[in-house]
Amino acid sequence: MKLWNRLMCTARRKSPWLFHMNAGSCNGCDIELVASLTPRYDAEQLGVRLEGSPRHADILCITGPVTNNAVNAIKTVYGQVLGPKAVVAIGSCPATTNVFIDSRTLAGPLNKHVPVDVFVPGCPPRPDAIIQGVARAAQILAERGNAPALTDVVIAEIVEPVRAEVQP
Amino acid sequence: MNILTALARLLIFPGLLFAVPAAWFFLWVERKAVALMQGRIGPPFMQPFWDFIKLMGKGTPNRSGIAGALMRVWPLIAVSAAAGAVGLLPVLPKSGGFEGDLILLLALLELPSMCIIAAGFSSRSIFGEIGSAREAALSVSYNIVFLLAIVSVAASQHTFRLEAMAQGKDSPLYWLGVLAILVCLPAKLHINPFSLPNAEQEIYSGPMTEYAGPELAMWELSHGLEWVAATGLVATLIAPHVTLAWVAGLLFVAFSFAVVLLLSAVATATARLAIDTTVRFYWQCTLIFAVLAISSALFMRFRS
Repeated sequence: MKLWNRLMCTARRKSPWLFHMNAGSCNGCDIELVASLTPRYDAEQLGVRLEGSPRHADILCITGPVTNNAVNAIKTVYGQVLGPKAVVAIGSCPATTNVFIDSRTLAGPLNKHVPVDVFVPGCPPRPDAIIQGVARAAQILAERGNAPALTDVVIAEIVEPVRAEVQP
Repeated sequence: MNILTALARLLIFPGLLFAVPAAWFFLWVERKAVALMQGRIGPPFMQPFWDFIKLMGKGTPNRSGIAGALMRVWPLIAVSAAAGAVGLLPVLPKSGGFEGDLILLLALLELPSMCIIAAGFSSRSIFGEIGSAREAALSVSYNIVFLLAIVSVAASQHTFRLEAMAQGKDSPLYWLGVLAILVCLPAKLHINPFSLPNAEQEIYSGPMTEYAGPELAMWELSHGLEWVAATGLVATLIAPHVTLAWVAGLLFVAFSFAVVLLLSAVATATARLAIDTTVRFYWQCTLIFAVLAISSALFMRFRS
């Protein structure tokens, strides 16, 4: 049983499947999330797969400042993701509602509605920061397992991009 | 074939004990080959295994009644049918087989896609139903060509026994039939350009939309086993006949690997076709070749 649990931990760390949800985002973060799967960043090296259905996902990636219309959708989709699950808030909007703060059409920030595990700040965040946030969320999934209690929120740092040597 | 050898073939080689790791390996080869051809690095070697273990540890939604029971049963039927199909392949020389095992193999190869159709409809999700309808339309189109090709190969060899069929490959008709089977494989395995039943993102995940956790793990496994069975069928048809058992096993793996690489290259190079284009492709372009193959096979049979 102990061996099975350790195997499960490794499997959860190595196979994070994402479901991407737009909660009123300006599309900037969505483009960066897709960019993290392109040949330049290639998140599939970490086993990341962008899934079409929330039923298949482990990690829910939410972008946008959470508009009034999006609240119920977020709650539904959060319920559709089966446990163990984690939520990654991508961009500054879901963390603070960013420049849209005090707008009457917003119900944000995101952690008023669902428990958020990792915030990836930035407007928009770099693809490497998003990959780092997803990797942290996968680590959290592996450590937490099925326990629902949320201990503390992780804020992924914006990593310094590694510049590749350009051959002349 | 007595019961012991039948069990050994079903459970050890080329059955479950070989087929399950081979399924994971082929799933990895496909993803890795696509990634390399797109200029990416791709998933690590153990990725399909980790995906499987992780899905086994996830929860499933509470479903009650007949629909819930059916949703648990369909993936299991699909996995066992695909594993049975792999077990029937005459990989080792003199492995026996029986008259008509080709027909059983075709039936078992068809069962997973039937299960997918039923699974999408029993999930009661609108995306699942769209995916199932597409799968049904696709299945009707490619199966005509697939079955005609197999029958033409069988008619040119005068037998429905796989092992006897794979031995004589002198006629050009045989290779025409193998080519027609190869054209049908992308549709059978739902890869590009015929990935429309489970069109990712377009209709969420098609028939699999509502499946989660262990059920989804079984679907992934059955998809991998379908890869092994379908590429293995082509491999047994094209591999040269040898008497040494281990050489035959090695050749089988090597030829299956080559077919997987070929299909991955096709999948990378093409985009998803719409349903009407797909149906037209099979009914208009490839059906002619299949009809030609079977008519000339029958003609030659009556002349000889």
